[in-house]
Amino acid sequence: MSDTTTSPRRQALAHFAYVMRDNPVTFLAFAMFAAFVLMALFGPALVPYDPLASDASKALQPPSASHWFGTDNLGRDVFSRVIVATRLDLTISVAAVALSFVFGSILGAVAGYWGGWLDAVLNRVLDTIMAFPLFVLAMGIVAALGNTVENIVYATAIINLPFYARLVRAEVNIRREAGFVQAAKLSGESDISILARQIFPNALPPMMVQISLNLGWAILNAAGLSFIGLGVRPPEAEWGIMVAEGANFIISGEWWLALFPGLWLMMAVFTFNLMGDGLRDLVDPRRRT
Amino acid sequence: MLELRNLGVTFQTRKGPVEAVRDVSLKLAKGESLGIVGESGSGKSVTSYALMRILDRGGSITAGDVTYSGIDLRRAAERDMLDVRGREISMIFQNPRAALNPIRKVGAQIEDVLRRHAQATRYDARAKAIAALEAVRIRDAEARYEAYPFELSGGMCQRVVIAIALACDPRLLIADEPTTGLDITTQKTVMDLIRELSAERQMSTITITHDLGLAAEYCDRIVVMKDGALVEEGTPEALFSNARHPYTRKLIAATPRLNASIRELLPADTRTPYRPSRSDGETLLKVRDLVKTFQGKSGPVQAVKGVSFDLTQGTSLALVGESGCGKSTLSSMLTRLLDPTLGQIEFDGEDLGAVPARNFARHPRRRDIQMVFQDATDSLNPRFTAAQSIAAPLRKIAKLRGTALKNRVAELADQVGLPQSLLHRFPHQLSGGQKARVGIARAIALNPKLLILDEPTAALDVSIQAVVLNLLADLRADLGMTYIFVSHDLQVVRMLCDQVLVMQAGEIVERGATAHVMDAPQHPLTRSLIEATPKLPSTAFEDPIKEVAE
Repeated sequence: MSDTTTSPRRQALAHFAYVMRDNPVTFLAFAMFAAFVLMALFGPALVPYDPLASDASKALQPPSASHWFGTDNLGRDVFSRVIVATRLDLTISVAAVALSFVFGSILGAVAGYWGGWLDAVLNRVLDTIMAFPLFVLAMGIVAALGNTVENIVYATAIINLPFYARLVRAEVNIRREAGFVQAAKLSGESDISILARQIFPNALPPMMVQISLNLGWAILNAAGLSFIGLGVRPPEAEWGIMVAEGANFIISGEWWLALFPGLWLMMAVFTFNLMGDGLRDLVDPRRRT
Repeated sequence: MLELRNLGVTFQTRKGPVEAVRDVSLKLAKGESLGIVGESGSGKSVTSYALMRILDRGGSITAGDVTYSGIDLRRAAERDMLDVRGREISMIFQNPRAALNPIRKVGAQIEDVLRRHAQATRYDARAKAIAALEAVRIRDAEARYEAYPFELSGGMCQRVVIAIALACDPRLLIADEPTTGLDITTQKTVMDLIRELSAERQMSTITITHDLGLAAEYCDRIVVMKDGALVEEGTPEALFSNARHPYTRKLIAATPRLNASIRELLPADTRTPYRPSRSDGETLLKVRDLVKTFQGKSGPVQAVKGVSFDLTQGTSLALVGESGCGKSTLSSMLTRLLDPTLGQIEFDGEDLGAVPARNFARHPRRRDIQMVFQDATDSLNPRFTAAQSIAAPLRKIAKLRGTALKNRVAELADQVGLPQSLLHRFPHQLSGGQKARVGIARAIALNPKLLILDEPTAALDVSIQAVVLNLLADLRADLGMTYIFVSHDLQVVRMLCDQVLVMQAGEIVERGATAHVMDAPQHPLTRSLIEATPKLPSTAFEDPIKEVAE
């Protein structure tokens, strides 16, 4: 049993420490995530070169001591660009996932708790969204709304929304008749309060797994959109564009242009996917034994 | 036939290794029926899992030997174990519904076992499965073969589970709490069936139960377990008339029985003088022609068909009946969680039936009608600590905050005997009895006038049940509450309640003073309920406590 005399914050910290110690993979994932966050926050200050400054005399140099990841066709330092791009890519994916989490949770919770026609209508709308090939839908939304970073966020949020709404709906639905919900009614709690305070928090553990998978997916989606020329525009540093531009040079042997941004992209997705179990364990009180 | 020698089982946990079973030695002869009795956590289930080698992850046999007809089960290869399980030793689990695959026909599930152990081929499997269903006395087995588990009642499901367990003619059947969650009449039919079948097949049985009465009635020999060790062994008669171990005595004393008062269930040193509850003779609750109709797929279903009764302030009323008789629906309507279709609920002179359940959360009468739920685990939010759960009604209805709230929660914890140090724990860190106390503390937090108790002790061990029942009786006396006690355990009802209502199919079939109804039951249902209650052997001593005190 946990020590009940310590403050909640210390208990939470102890629990965090336990989750990290318990599973080395979780620890690795959180360490990598911390590294990515640092890159996103301080990237521009850390990198040796200006990511946008071109230098034609140093174009297409292979990796070396002065240019760790080599230079691209305009002589820009690939390492600096890869690091600086972290901020943009993380922002897009986190913002998109946060939006779909919030709106998906609200819609799903309402549908799951009250049911009836609201539930039926919402489900059909979500079915419609899911019936589209999601990437094509995202392309369509960005193309229709305009070629900006914000619209990539909205498009990614919309195509992710059904997954959250479905999950929350199911989790809320199985608990709406639970004993503790009846007990809350006896305690004079209103429906909204029961939904927000009693039922929804219980849906968090599976949601965390969903979030972590979705973060990776959202980052791929954003990179994919910029790969085909939507959203982020050159010369801005972004992993998707860098892979797209670098792809032209692989044939001629300049592999480093596409490899390094691709590697970072892969590692980011990898990190997010590995974080899922750890996040779930963190928000599940049953783990605090 | 089966022998356990100094068996020890250890589980690896976050807090280091935990010894669940230690030094257990047992012998079982052919055709013998053995009962393993103990409270939760005594290691009785773990013992049986160990001999089947189906321990959960982290658990392993760390000492001793298990020998079955000359086979060393501890060291046997997993492949050989597959042949032993189901073929030689079979097991029936606690929850029959969970033990059956919900999306497959029951017949197909029996065929699986038959074919796995090469007892049937593709061609005769169906016939053999139907024969297995017939063997457990399922009428119209041909049609039942096609049924899915959800189409069957709990008792029927348990029969199917037994049919699966017995399909390959095992020589040993282990029944792990085979009747938990079943009605008392169904319990009797299931246990009678197991006894009959094992006599027919010369099969040995091990019945694992927390119910001494049940073990006494159906087993040749009983072993009592406590904290992973065997404490006593003997025939039911010997055990009841001359228990040597204090724990066995305590267990026997805590088992509800005829002619025992509620205080006699407790160990002598913890008994306090009984405080009778007062009644001012006023009618608190007047229920008239209450009807509840649900819209089912095949037309409307009447769950409660015109129930009327009066309840006097300060008394306690028992609501008795089998599952599906409408007692839960009735209590939901009385707690105003569910709207009646027709009829009046007059509480303290006010017609509350007219207030929609939806709006009742903010009704001034909300604080006067509270409920203790059947499943304490389910009724506590897994994300709330005990203190938060108890504080919920105080916060919302009494609008208490800060120190006042904290003090009241502490006071309530004292009242229900919950140690203050446990208040910061989450439900999963509490034992069953502690969770029940949290539920009771929450229900009495607002000093309700009417408390509805829905089988509050059904999931508890007998010794904890004894404490909780006494707690309830004391609280009623101290706070002047009125109880409606929903139960199927007539012995418990007899000790706690003044009046009893027997329900069947949504109607009240018998009513009256508890002692009167129990001694001279008029309705066949009442009679069968009383008959089905397991009885302790007649040799059970009158007051086991006296001897302990010597």
